[in-house]
Amino acid sequence: MSSAPGVNYLNEKSGLWSWLTTLDHKRIGIMYMISVLSFFAIGGAFAMLIRWELFGAGKNIVDAATYNQFMTFHGAIMTFMVIIPGVPAFLGNFFLPLMIGAKDVAFPRVNLLSWYCLMVGAAISFWSLFYHGADTGWTFYTPYSIQTDNGTTWLVAGAFVMGFSSILTGLNFIVTVHKLRAPGMTFFRMPLFIWGLYSTAVIQVLATPVLGITLLLLIAERTMNIGIFDPAMGGDPVLFQHFFWFYSHPAVYIMILPAMGIISELITCYSKKTIFGYRAIAWSSIGIAAVSFFVWGHHMFVSGQSEVAGIVFSFLTMLVGVPTAIKTFNWVATLYKGSIEFSAPMLFALGFIFLFTIGGVTGIMLAVTAVDVHFHDTYFVVAHFHYVMVGGTLMAITGGIYHWLPKMFGKMYNEGVARFSFVLIFIGFNVTFFPQFVLGAMGMPRRYYDYLPAFEPLNKVSSLGAWTIGVGFLFALYVVVDCILRGKKAPDNPWGAKTLEWQTSSPPPHENFTTQPVVTGGPYEYR
Amino acid sequence: MSGPNEHHIVPLKTFLGVFATLMFLTVMTVVVAQFHFGAWNTVVAMAIASLKAFFVLAYFMHLKYDDKVFLVGFLLSIFFLIVMYFFSVLDISTRPVLNGIL
Amino acid sequence: MSTANTTEYHHHTAHHFDSADAEYRASKLGLWVFLMTEILMFGGLFVGYIIYHQKMPETFAAGSKFLDWKLGSLNTVILIFSSLTMALSIYYAQIGKKAMVLYNLYITFFCGVGFMVVKSIEYSHKIHDGLLPGSLFHHAAEAGSAGVAHLPIYFSFYFVMTGLHGSHVLVGMGLIAWLIVRAHKGHFGPQYYTPLECVGLFWHLVDLIWIYLFPLLYLVG
Repeated sequence: MSSAPGVNYLNEKSGLWSWLTTLDHKRIGIMYMISVLSFFAIGGAFAMLIRWELFGAGKNIVDAATYNQFMTFHGAIMTFMVIIPGVPAFLGNFFLPLMIGAKDVAFPRVNLLSWYCLMVGAAISFWSLFYHGADTGWTFYTPYSIQTDNGTTWLVAGAFVMGFSSILTGLNFIVTVHKLRAPGMTFFRMPLFIWGLYSTAVIQVLATPVLGITLLLLIAERTMNIGIFDPAMGGDPVLFQHFFWFYSHPAVYIMILPAMGIISELITCYSKKTIFGYRAIAWSSIGIAAVSFFVWGHHMFVSGQSEVAGIVFSFLTMLVGVPTAIKTFNWVATLYKGSIEFSAPMLFALGFIFLFTIGGVTGIMLAVTAVDVHFHDTYFVVAHFHYVMVGGTLMAITGGIYHWLPKMFGKMYNEGVARFSFVLIFIGFNVTFFPQFVLGAMGMPRRYYDYLPAFEPLNKVSSLGAWTIGVGFLFALYVVVDCILRGKKAPDNPWGAKTLEWQTSSPPPHENFTTQPVVTGGPYEYR
Repeated sequence: MSGPNEHHIVPLKTFLGVFATLMFLTVMTVVVAQFHFGAWNTVVAMAIASLKAFFVLAYFMHLKYDDKVFLVGFLLSIFFLIVMYFFSVLDISTRPVLNGIL
Repeated sequence: MSTANTTEYHHHTAHHFDSADAEYRASKLGLWVFLMTEILMFGGLFVGYIIYHQKMPETFAAGSKFLDWKLGSLNTVILIFSSLTMALSIYYAQIGKKAMVLYNLYITFFCGVGFMVVKSIEYSHKIHDGLLPGSLFHHAAEAGSAGVAHLPIYFSFYFVMTGLHGSHVLVGMGLIAWLIVRAHKGHFGPQYYTPLECVGLFWHLVDLIWIYLFPLLYLVG
């Protein structure tokens, strides 16, 4: 089925219905893009409100109960609706089949179903707002999550349904990578983004079901009081944390691994140089995925977990540093003597390396039990994971969106504004979160509505930084919308990239390639 | 032309044999449970259940004949369950105060 | 019957697969990955069960006395038999005996019905006696004769585990009903039996979980 020239996946059919019933992975990717960006706007708005409330000590805009809701919804939206589906379901959906030379993902209907799961799950989550919201934080820790009298059940049920979305995406990717690679595309000729997505998919499939059963038990606990996590009935509330983190620690690698894949693509493309240590980066993705299952107890050092388990988890956690450092060193080695082009995506990639290194090294600090006892549940932890999740994943997503916009929509974006958005986000980010390291070290507890007057100056700085990030992302949004509406026509391969998605037209036709590509070499044969 | 024709067909006799074995093992499970070995009861019951699981997996679910990637996937999921059990128990069994307050 | 329908059904391979065989293999891999998620979901419950069982063995022993091992054994036999007929339906599809495919699917389906009937008898006894999960528990044994702490938590596990398993049996029955409809239309033969194989794998997994649930809940004590 060859399509006429000028016909692509965007214009071959029209009307809202053709989108809502589409089986084309590219269209589903775009639907994910719209949903994820909308959720990001909502979650981001909550972040702005949180920082507004924390601008000064005491009450600024809302009371403590409302603040707890802001904090819970910011966390739950950003994890379950933005960062987890952000890279795999949005960029991965669009580019995984293109990059391995397939016509679609293995199960297109399942792919569409996963989008509807996310939508239904999100709707159920927001439904909790009609029951006075939820105030447990995104971790739903027992026993508070059992006792609190509000819409927590709805938020938990929503997260449960969104888990299906994540599982189905992972399942699809595993089968697609195994069964639909183009002729000649061996495992070690796959782009590193695909390796990142594949490792992520394995985690999604193996870890998410445990979250599912944990949340199901929590719902049963709240509705029928079954007592499995209730000490009064012989239950063990710490077991909830074990079950929760068995998923949720690997889940932070669901968030970061595909982002690392994007960075591998960006670094090699904008250095015009073959990636250094391809196999090491590929294997380190699998390594991170494997190690991620052995370290969850480091979230529980002060939760009543035994010291023996704490020591074991502490040692295992430091292992994560090894494959992560392998990636970082290889990226830096790739830059060495490359023809580096400081375009917007590359700036985000370099920003990623800088911020992610800070986030990673503070993570190793937190893995030391003696240090963690002091830092636990302080702003030091908040700063650490925002350096990884925002400084890492969101930087990578933004860079990836800029990099692939010409392919997705066939239009060029405004380079100047895009670079300006990087400057705002990068500076704003450090202004927001670096002071939080200091605040945490001074002992300011996280999640609290109020703080001692001594913490006020740094909190003001942090809030100003947060609003700078907000403005930066508004500029980024402008770049995307401007590109789609008014962008100049893009050539098929504007960056001179070597991976397969750039070898087809921009935007790609319905079945991705007019002739079946045959692969004869590695993914990054620059020089 | 390669088609489903070349897929392995397990003979009828094998299926019936597996079914008979499973029935026998079910009876064994019930009989063994009548004796009291203390803690060993659980071990014996789980051993028999695992033997039954082996027959179901190998023959009814064709793992013995199929692509080995399925077997790897299955073992991987069992492995991570053991990891989950091991570390949870590592914590619970080494807490200074045991069943008393927990 | 199906033999009356002489028009040969031809399955169309989806556009993104090279061959029918590639589609068959991909479907099976997808189903196995799905089974892995099922194993981990039920596995989470099993891990919880074993931990609590080790922590309070007397409670679990006392709890299992309230279950009827005869009904449990009956359900075990029913499910294993249904697994056999499910496997046979695939076997007959492979050798092209369409009528036998249909018979075996019907037997499998009614085994599922039988399982659920036995299960509902058990449930109604438990509900009648007040042997319910957590704070719903109101059986006289709690304070009196059994004399073990936290008996309700055993029934929390009993209802959550068998409930989740039972819901899988119901889903499996729905899928088998769908297979029966398609088998009536003569869709399955040596060239195409992917849905049979996939639903079969799911049904065997449901059986597999019961193989562990039965001794854990009914017999260990």
